[in-house]
Amino acid sequence: MWKLLQIELFKIFKRPRTYIAFGAIAAVVLLFQIGMKFDGKTYLDLILNNVSDSFEVDDTFKGKLLNGYFICFAILNILLIQMPLLVALVAGDAIAGEANMGTLRLSLTKPISRTQYMLVKFMASIIYTLLLLIWLAILALFGSMLIFGTNSLVIFRSEIIEQMNSYDVLWRYVAAFGYAAVALTTVSALAFLLSVFAENSIGPIIATMSIVIVFTILSEFNIPLYDKNVKPYLFTTHMVAWKGFFYVQTDAENRTIDGSIQNLPAILRSLGILVIYIVGFVGSAIWIFRKKDILT
Amino acid sequence: MSELIRVKHLTKDFKEIKAVNDLSFAVTAGQVYGFLGQNGAGKSTTIRMLLTLIKPTSGEIEMFGMDLSKHRKDILRQVGAIIERPDLYKYLTALENLRIFAAMSGVRIPEKKLMDQLAMVGLAERADSKVKTYSQGMKQRLGIAIALVHDPQLIILDEPTNGLDPQGIADIRNLILLLRKEMGKTLLISSHLLSEMELIADSMIIIDKGKKLVEGKVNELFDPAETIVELKTTDDKGTYEKLQGSSLKGFVKGLRNDCILLKLHRDQIPALVNDLVQMNVAIVSFHSKHSLEDYFLSLTTGKEYVEAITN
Amino acid sequence: MRKILLLLALLNTACFAKAQTIEDIIKNVKAKLDKVSDYEAEGKMKTNVIFIKAPIAKVKVYYKKPNKLRINNESGISFIPKGSVNINLGNIFINTSGFDMIDMGKEAKTNLRIIKLLPKDENSDVVLSTLYIDETQSLIRKAKTTTKENGTYELEMTYGKYAEYGLADKVIFSFNTKDYKLPKGITFDYDDGSKKEESPDKLKNKKGKVEIVYASYKINKGVPDAVFK
Repeated sequence: MWKLLQIELFKIFKRPRTYIAFGAIAAVVLLFQIGMKFDGKTYLDLILNNVSDSFEVDDTFKGKLLNGYFICFAILNILLIQMPLLVALVAGDAIAGEANMGTLRLSLTKPISRTQYMLVKFMASIIYTLLLLIWLAILALFGSMLIFGTNSLVIFRSEIIEQMNSYDVLWRYVAAFGYAAVALTTVSALAFLLSVFAENSIGPIIATMSIVIVFTILSEFNIPLYDKNVKPYLFTTHMVAWKGFFYVQTDAENRTIDGSIQNLPAILRSLGILVIYIVGFVGSAIWIFRKKDILT
Repeated sequence: MSELIRVKHLTKDFKEIKAVNDLSFAVTAGQVYGFLGQNGAGKSTTIRMLLTLIKPTSGEIEMFGMDLSKHRKDILRQVGAIIERPDLYKYLTALENLRIFAAMSGVRIPEKKLMDQLAMVGLAERADSKVKTYSQGMKQRLGIAIALVHDPQLIILDEPTNGLDPQGIADIRNLILLLRKEMGKTLLISSHLLSEMELIADSMIIIDKGKKLVEGKVNELFDPAETIVELKTTDDKGTYEKLQGSSLKGFVKGLRNDCILLKLHRDQIPALVNDLVQMNVAIVSFHSKHSLEDYFLSLTTGKEYVEAITN
Repeated sequence: MRKILLLLALLNTACFAKAQTIEDIIKNVKAKLDKVSDYEAEGKMKTNVIFIKAPIAKVKVYYKKPNKLRINNESGISFIPKGSVNINLGNIFINTSGFDMIDMGKEAKTNLRIIKLLPKDENSDVVLSTLYIDETQSLIRKAKTTTKENGTYELEMTYGKYAEYGLADKVIFSFNTKDYKLPKGITFDYDDGSKKEESPDKLKNKKGKVEIVYASYKINKGVPDAVFK
């Protein structure tokens, strides 16, 4: 199995298109960091609009707010919406790409079970996803810490501002990236399932992105009808639960408690739902693939 | 001699189409077994079922004395195949492609053997070139190298000479004969090149619309010594009338726009030529066609070859 | 005899106490505050605003006569309320002669003297101040002030070792806040199902509180003007 995994990773990383995702992440992160370095205070003005009426908001304050932890959070907010596309590029190509190239039929005449073949393919796309996230962490987190320094992290939610001490931030990012890995693996699993039906990788990639976009929009709808009946079942609703690691518990006087998470059970529940989706998507993909006649 | 492949009552339905219909045949070890049929006869479907790419609707397949549905991995370890054109990873080199498929074959193959394999098919010097720079013939040869790299006992080739020039076709033929005679391999080959199949196959099966028409040893199914001659002269019509009124009348089968068709035994050719010269027939060309084509067309179209090609 | 003398002494104290006018009380309070030209204090600040979750912060408070006050979180981030300059009690007395004073008597449970100050100057930022004064120590325990610029705020002081300077060990500063809201389309919040504050009282409560517990004061050692910029 390990040898087959090595082969899959070799094939993925020998393709020039694999590096598009790494390049795209680097470009977005760098452009955002440059923008914030030169004009971050204007960006903050929009967010601090309501706050500046009641509190002192001067350049020093804004400068402290614009620290590496804040920049990283802002980047993740933007990128973790686009990352599904980058992940689908490889996962959507897993089976469809081989069918398109014609190599699928040759591979399946080898003494490997179809289940093993599928599992190895999926594991390879998980590893690719993890490497993308590590790359993102290096640039967005450590890069921002280097450029902007560190300080308390202040997060502006729609109705609450959450502030954490700087020594209480890094472990949250480790947890958040870990969660994001599972979230993106869910997208990967969906793309992988769709890849089984296609003989060209464009189809599964576009289909995956369309589903993610539509579900994300539904997840953000503020219509009561959807709140109970639709939203809890969409995997996109649970993909943003990584932010929960930055929602802190407070005592009776609204003081944050270091090392706490506002609602860990909710995050774990969302995690469980994503795992169920992954198992469902991959299980279905394997079941269908085992029965499929290879005509390409 | 043991049977390496035994297929019993194999059937495959695709919705309303019966692609393979109650097919049974056997391939003996050490044979070159020809698998013939028109386009859409069900050859590729059958081969894909042997290679577990397609699931049969019903029927049994045994290879190496084992049930394919139960011992798939053990069987496929001993099988090498090319299905239609050999599609490979174009963005990788020949050596990388070979290394990948060798690793997937479940056998540890040292790097040196990989290079030897490429050398055997004449690609050693282009081992590090990306496959996208290869010609069709080179890709075919690489495909064969991949099929053989793990030293399988059974080799299945689906249209191995597709897209090759005459030299390429000859190279494949020689390779097949080498594999059978000197390495004792068993080969199952489907091909449209009947002339090639006649030269290399020991046994064959002809299928049509998914059904077996005939199966058996080549020399027992038809007399390979019988042949069709296409005779071109300076005055085909005049010569045709002359022959109709001569002792050679029995050989004459028809007049086509471009030639006169004669059917006779190969041994009779020298005497015929002599007679034609004596009759002052000005011969422009004398082309002897293989009678496997005749046999094939007579089975699949229900007509004699002569009738088939004159009408 | 002894009992009579004790009774007379008690009556005397009572009479003496009643004898202090509100002008005297204010004068005494102001005199104490005037002892301080500047200070640099270290302390811990707790922010209690309904829409802000913040940790306790180490802060430095700088004061320079007559009305410069600045709260700094030197290394970290703190939400400092606008109008925090009014933590300086001296702000109320910047122009004593400009106030009308009204004696409101004593608060029953605390025995603090309640004095209202109405500035005579129409341009004054302060509109009304209500002071709760400990007459015996000449210390302001509580102040409610309405200003034009920063609305109404309240101060509650607890005194300890710096009482002789009129400097509190603990100050609770209550102030008005405006609504905080950002569009969900910008924040993409994660709804973790936590119960939102639905008590109408709390929702209506647009008051924030900041509590500073002072660890130490450096009094009259000099504070550069640059700190207040």
